[in-house]
Amino acid sequence: MKKHDLIMVGVGGQGIVLASDILSDVAMAAGYDVKKTDTLGMAQRGGSVASHVRIADRVWSPLMKEGDVDILVAFEKLEAARWSYFLNPKGVAIVNNQTTPPLSVSLGITKYPPDKEIEAILKRTANKYHLIDGTRQAKELGDIRALNMLMLGCVSVLLPIDVKIWQDYMARRLPSKILNLNMVAFDKGREEMSRAGVR
Amino acid sequence: MKKLLSGNEAFALGAYHAGVMVATAYPGTPSTEILESIAEFDEVYAEWSTNEKVAMEVGLGAALAGVRALVSMKQVGLNVASDPFMAASITGIDGGLVVIVADDPGVFSTQNEQDTRHYARLAKVPMLEPSDSQEAHDLMSVAFDMSEKFDTPVLVRSSTRISHSKSIVDTKQSRAKKLKPAAFKHDVEKYVMLPVHVRLRRPVVEERLVRLTAFSDTFPGNQIIKGAKKLGIISSGVAYQHARVAFPKASFLKLGMTYPLPQKLIRDFASQVDKLMVIEELDPFLEENIRAMGINVIGKEFIPRIGELNPGIVAEAGYRAGLLPEPDRPKATMPSGLPGRPPVLCSGCPHAGIFFVLNTIGQRSKLLDARGKSAEQGKLIITGDIGCYTLATYPPLRAMDTTACMGAGIGQALGMEKAGVDAKVVAVIGDSTFLHSGITGVVDAVYDKSGITIIILDNGTTAMTGQQDHPGTGVSVKGETTNRVVLEELVKGIGVADVKVVNAFDIKAIRAAVRTSLDNPQLSVIIVRGPCSVRAKKGAGQRTVDVDKCDDCDICLRIGCPAIQKLGEKVYIDATLCAGDACTVCQQLCPRKAIGPVSAGGSK
Repeated sequence: MKKHDLIMVGVGGQGIVLASDILSDVAMAAGYDVKKTDTLGMAQRGGSVASHVRIADRVWSPLMKEGDVDILVAFEKLEAARWSYFLNPKGVAIVNNQTTPPLSVSLGITKYPPDKEIEAILKRTANKYHLIDGTRQAKELGDIRALNMLMLGCVSVLLPIDVKIWQDYMARRLPSKILNLNMVAFDKGREEMSRAGVR
Repeated sequence: MKKLLSGNEAFALGAYHAGVMVATAYPGTPSTEILESIAEFDEVYAEWSTNEKVAMEVGLGAALAGVRALVSMKQVGLNVASDPFMAASITGIDGGLVVIVADDPGVFSTQNEQDTRHYARLAKVPMLEPSDSQEAHDLMSVAFDMSEKFDTPVLVRSSTRISHSKSIVDTKQSRAKKLKPAAFKHDVEKYVMLPVHVRLRRPVVEERLVRLTAFSDTFPGNQIIKGAKKLGIISSGVAYQHARVAFPKASFLKLGMTYPLPQKLIRDFASQVDKLMVIEELDPFLEENIRAMGINVIGKEFIPRIGELNPGIVAEAGYRAGLLPEPDRPKATMPSGLPGRPPVLCSGCPHAGIFFVLNTIGQRSKLLDARGKSAEQGKLIITGDIGCYTLATYPPLRAMDTTACMGAGIGQALGMEKAGVDAKVVAVIGDSTFLHSGITGVVDAVYDKSGITIIILDNGTTAMTGQQDHPGTGVSVKGETTNRVVLEELVKGIGVADVKVVNAFDIKAIRAAVRTSLDNPQLSVIIVRGPCSVRAKKGAGQRTVDVDKCDDCDICLRIGCPAIQKLGEKVYIDATLCAGDACTVCQQLCPRKAIGPVSAGGSK
């Protein structure tokens, strides 16, 4: 069986750790060996976050090295540019079209890279990349916290895991109050990918 | 049943299955979730102790009473707990005493990068190291059995990567139905460490170490994995996992017990391979011990002794040592020139206002711009401490001059004052840190007639480690209401006459309190109280900037609030991040009154 190494990146508070937890549980339910780990700074929110998820028959180290990653899932554009060098030459990047300036940019100490520069980096590092309007769509669904399930919907298209396993997981683990919102967000993510021509 | 568990959850479940009765800890990244997880079991008494020293003493007491006890902490916690830990080594225990210590290679959230394995040698106690969550679970039973068999505390070394990685655990083991009840066996020669008794115990400890060395050779977690004869790798912990990836063909001696070392097993392994390499994180602990056996190994001349390892770093060591063929692709590197994103204080953080005041009141605002680019330093000296608030060191707040270890700021402030600095010295410390080890500093300040100002940041939680309760919150780790230590009564009781309590979100009140305290030549304490924004429920009243009124003075940006952003010309507030009515610090500071609630008009 093919291995699937994913890295999920973004800004602390965007729900990345939870999203990678869910992905790992789903992969285990699908019968894979899984290891996942997060690299975080010391604060609760606001710092750069990278979550490693490794899925295969047998996983050794929870950490990946540059060139290992098959799928980069970025919740924020600058973080996509920062971490895309982990991708292997066949790697795919899913990038949420969201700009969150770090404090140093707001203070005028540094500059946020223009879209062109970010896209140039992604073109160089990724075999393919897909820009997803996730933040806007999650807001339209009524809750920005639906973003992580939407991004997982995107990821699900690239993994050989039956959609039913994802749905079972959500039904089993999510409180009924937010179940429907998350199911819809998940489907939205899948739609976004098919719109981008990925099935 | 199979479960995906973090190392910390697996430690807790393993200890529960092993029949642990008492579990103690003080929160510390990356060890915190061990106690949080074990507190969920009704059969186990669990507590957040005041600090690691008390946690160790409570654990030791429980073990002396004959039950199994688990004490967990981060690596610097063992410095605090080292006195009772060393005592436990010489008296021995009765029921099992297992101490899990989580190292932080790569320094994600610690003030140093110390390697806990040295404590095993110092205390002459055994050290076990898991390499994934399954082993973390399984080693707990082994550790408690060893502790009781050899009458010694057992150290278990974790690391950020073990504690905070999730992997699959087969949880088929279960907890014994009937456990031995607590009973203390009086034995003054064993438990009262008068010098005359210490002299009796010393040979017992040395003889124990000899028996442990023999045991290590039979320890099932020490195993040889046969591969190619050309290269043999000795490794432990998560470094072993990285090494398996980097050297898929090599032979391995995987060590689950890293002190004392299995000497016979190591000699056997060395004789089976042409070349021997040690791959370990941080100090050359295994390497030096194996060299001392007269065995030639390579290791730290290729493997970094600083920072966290990963499969890439281990593979590069292999290239440099000529043990692996060079890769066909050049190594990819992070693109240069991108702005970093270091951790920041959250939006609505109750620490932002007080640090803004400290930054501006001591003339720092005149001397330092937001980038902190100034040759001159501010007139206040601010000794800091360990917590989220250490982030106030960064621009734009830049209001912290020292951070050493838990509770050190108060003593440091006292020392600077007594050394004779002309500036006023202010010590800033969080509520949980204050209760952990700030109280004795205040006692010293009262006794030795200090005139410093101590600011206690009371956000009602241990925030940085993820919202744990402490004696000042009046809630136990099990979520039960308990007695509350009231900070203002505590400091008054110690003898501080000038004690003020102010609202963390009232800038005028904070400024007034800081001014009068700085003017007071006597010792003063200000308690700045306001709930942590991560813990507070998100309320209404998100703020927005009226672009017509805003004149781009950028004062609001000087708070360092992540909700207040500027891309291009104009400042705006991200409503999804703004804490709203609970905070309003930016609105209070805006000289143009351009900031107000979204509903009250103003532009987007």
